[in-house]
Amino acid sequence: MTKMNGARILIECWKKEGVEVVFGYPGAATVEIHHALAESSLRFVLTRHEQAAVHAAEGYARSTGRPGVVLVTSGPGATNTITGLAGANMDSVPVLVFTGQVARMLIGNDAFQEVDIVGVSRPVTKHNYLVLSTHDLASTVKEAFYVATSGRPGAVLVDLPKDVIGGTAEFQYPKKISLKAYRPHLTPHPRQVSRAAALLAQAERPLIYAGGGIVSSGASEELVRLSELLNIPVTTTLMGLGGFPGTHPLFLGMLGMHGLYRANMAVQRADLILAAGARFDDRVTGALGRFAPEAAIVHIDVDTTSIHKILDVDVPLVADARQALLAILMALGEAPDYPKKAREKWLSQIEAWNREEPLRYKKDGPLIQPQAVVEEIYRATRGKAVIVTEVGQHQMWAAQHYLYERPRQFISSGGLGVMGFGLPACLGVQVARPEALVIDIAGDGSILMNIQELATVAQEGLPVKVAILNNQALGMVRQWQELFYGGRYAQTILSPSPDFVKLAEAFGIRGFLAEKPAEVEETVRLALAHEGPAVMDFRVDPAALVYPMVPAGKAIDEMMLSPRS
Amino acid sequence: MEFSTDQPPEKLKRHTLAILVDNSPGVLARVTTLISGRGFNIDSLSVAETMDPEVSVITLIITGNPRIISQIIKQLRKLINVIRVTDLSGTDYVERQLIMVRVKAESDGARAEITRLCDIFRAKIIDVSLKSYTLEITGGMDKIKAALNLLKSFGVEEQVSTGLTAMARSHPAAPPDGAARGRRLDPKNADG
Repeated sequence: MTKMNGARILIECWKKEGVEVVFGYPGAATVEIHHALAESSLRFVLTRHEQAAVHAAEGYARSTGRPGVVLVTSGPGATNTITGLAGANMDSVPVLVFTGQVARMLIGNDAFQEVDIVGVSRPVTKHNYLVLSTHDLASTVKEAFYVATSGRPGAVLVDLPKDVIGGTAEFQYPKKISLKAYRPHLTPHPRQVSRAAALLAQAERPLIYAGGGIVSSGASEELVRLSELLNIPVTTTLMGLGGFPGTHPLFLGMLGMHGLYRANMAVQRADLILAAGARFDDRVTGALGRFAPEAAIVHIDVDTTSIHKILDVDVPLVADARQALLAILMALGEAPDYPKKAREKWLSQIEAWNREEPLRYKKDGPLIQPQAVVEEIYRATRGKAVIVTEVGQHQMWAAQHYLYERPRQFISSGGLGVMGFGLPACLGVQVARPEALVIDIAGDGSILMNIQELATVAQEGLPVKVAILNNQALGMVRQWQELFYGGRYAQTILSPSPDFVKLAEAFGIRGFLAEKPAEVEETVRLALAHEGPAVMDFRVDPAALVYPMVPAGKAIDEMMLSPRS
Repeated sequence: MEFSTDQPPEKLKRHTLAILVDNSPGVLARVTTLISGRGFNIDSLSVAETMDPEVSVITLIITGNPRIISQIIKQLRKLINVIRVTDLSGTDYVERQLIMVRVKAESDGARAEITRLCDIFRAKIIDVSLKSYTLEITGGMDKIKAALNLLKSFGVEEQVSTGLTAMARSHPAAPPDGAARGRRLDPKNADG
């Protein structure tokens, strides 16, 4: 065993956990860690805001499944991470935030840059720690990584007083973790598995509703197998996009508030719904009392608290989604009997719904339609780019009009809906996957919430592309104002828009502007052909709305549809 | 939140939860913020070490409908420092609370009557002045309520109380380690 200071111990722990890159922002409380980092083999990405550091780590984690690591200083550095922690935790993303803290003897004294970050972050993390001795550091870090990455993954914060970092201890990385009660429940109950399998085989109008749990448990392959084995159509949540191939004939698209017509109709007429790694979010269910009125429900979730939380289910399966699907496949065998004719009829009914109401938007007119921009990006990237989004109308268009073939190809802030998530997350994805084409589809509101990250992009030489669907408004809120508040556009107009081309250039990044429909294709082509990072400003039709839309309080088959021209 | 509004109020019921937790800083805060964060009030709370100094037991009383209570129990169980949650309500258990109450005792008659009540309730007089007695009463909630009701007529000057603490009754069929008979909420139970 070797004696070393807390800063070195922390870095050795990170190495043992396989950490390659740390995102963050330095300060007085963490300066010693930064010195030790600079001497280590680890990469540090200096974002321009601590919130962005967490989103970047989320981008890293969401695109790889490996934990994202953040290092920030005490006080404001720590409080700036709260939004990122809350978002990561809600979307079950393994993120670890290490915060500096004032020396132990100063804790509670209102010292300079002191804040009780363990208290502040408690409700938005899976767990958090205040390390009170250098001797406890290694075991705490080990436990923190375990908690963040196991069971339902989540955000974990570790608070490090300056003198704990400066103190010395023998370094020995523990082999085992001693947690008295925390034992994630991963394997499904056999009785429930056979009940689920029987229902899936019997149902005449079954539907799989897949969520982010499919992506985080790596269950995509099993999901495809199950769907094909029994000829069951699949709809996904926003977080589940890519968990089932977007061009698969059994894929119905996203469901919910801005779900596809056929997907929402299928939910309402299904006689069986298998919810896999999804949690019946209010954006999915619409009016709860009228959600899936004809369906028996099988619910797979690794988080016990998700079961029976929103609605009572018929077959609860507390388990890892992949293990549960594997067990169901096993129970079904290779050629299970199921009502083949009824399923064909069910699929042709769904097809009829799609013919009746496909995803559509106004295609003529002098203004750029935002949906057309997403479709052009899809065409130009041949569906192979990693798409990251901010939050708002553009996010829904990116979810509807780009077809995601692979898990982790669509990166978005779901549960918390964090505007300003996209650009920093995008740079985190690019750090994790240097060879990938990574595009942030943004709105003109969201992009300004973390626009400073263009400086990080420039410094790190990350070839990310940003496509701003610029409607000079907070489009999603304005959409509600237009549809439900009699067109009272209070405080949602963002005009004049900054000159995003010049703004990009100020950061040393190429900017491209498209103002007419005819310019869209060329702009996308030029930006993608450009070797380095690029910002595209698409001046889009401000009147474009996201359809279908389920108004609040309505059942999900009571959709408002795009007006016919 | 859907679950907080769709249950009729008449289903509200008082639940006594025994929560075994790691005896470490901040654990009580985790438990209480979890409950307050969902907009619920804790009726009574008591915390102390168990036989194992590394483990504490929190006895917590909360009122709610079955869906909320079961959600709270599952959420509590999810906390990393929570070892076990037992809902004692609906099972056979004993509960005790300690209350100290200062009552006016000026006349000889009053002093004699209060002393008699002390006998009946097995209470103790722990402080005496010319004008008042201070009593210590231990018991379940009903007994304490009854005693307080009687003492009211003398004039209560001040009263303080501990939280309620509770324990499952031992049972012939109980396992030798004396584990509680209460409904232990764990993922396996939630499964079935």
